[in-house]
Amino acid sequence: MAMLIFTVFGSFWLEIFLRVGVLRQLKRLSLTIAPIALVFVVWDAYAISRHHWFFDPKQILGVHGPFHIPLEEYLFFIIVPIAAIMTLEAVRTRRPNWIIGDEEANA
Amino acid sequence: MSYTSLALIAVAASAILDLGALRTRLLLRKAFWTSYAIILPFQLLTNWWLTSRFIVSYNPHDIVGRRLAAAPLEDLLFGFSLILGTLSIWVYLGRKGFTPKKTR
Repeated sequence: MAMLIFTVFGSFWLEIFLRVGVLRQLKRLSLTIAPIALVFVVWDAYAISRHHWFFDPKQILGVHGPFHIPLEEYLFFIIVPIAAIMTLEAVRTRRPNWIIGDEEANA
Repeated sequence: MSYTSLALIAVAASAILDLGALRTRLLLRKAFWTSYAIILPFQLLTNWWLTSRFIVSYNPHDIVGRRLAAAPLEDLLFGFSLILGTLSIWVYLGRKGFTPKKTR
């Protein structure tokens, strides 16, 4: 949980100070996260069931969602994509001439 | 399948998504690699935190065993595919018009 809070503080200031506007694009954000989170949750469920990785019960909240996946993992697959998008959008604000690939839609 | 094979498949899948399926071509763009260079140290730091304190542990039979900042090498591939997949879909949707007019 501490790791997730760190990630939120480490990236979400970009929303305020660089005005990346990621959280204001809720529909685009949800449509991006949904398929990504789905794939990675399936991967996580498989990995947990095959004991590829496991969590220390004393160091997690102990709340589990479907497929024995800890709550923190579900939050991870939402927060980390948002942090990545904010980083890309922050780079865009600092380097407006660099092509990202969606510029024609805004022209 | 081991974590190693799944991680390699994930990187290939995200590259195919970016270069082929969605044609966002982030792998060819400076903006993507700069973003990745910013994210990577944070990934290494948080990964190190989670693995060195054994919040998350890995079955030694399912990883190649080489580690970087306490975390298995496979985590780098996991993170890379998560980031590339996310950004590719984000940019694809942006191209499809899911962008607010007033912010730019």
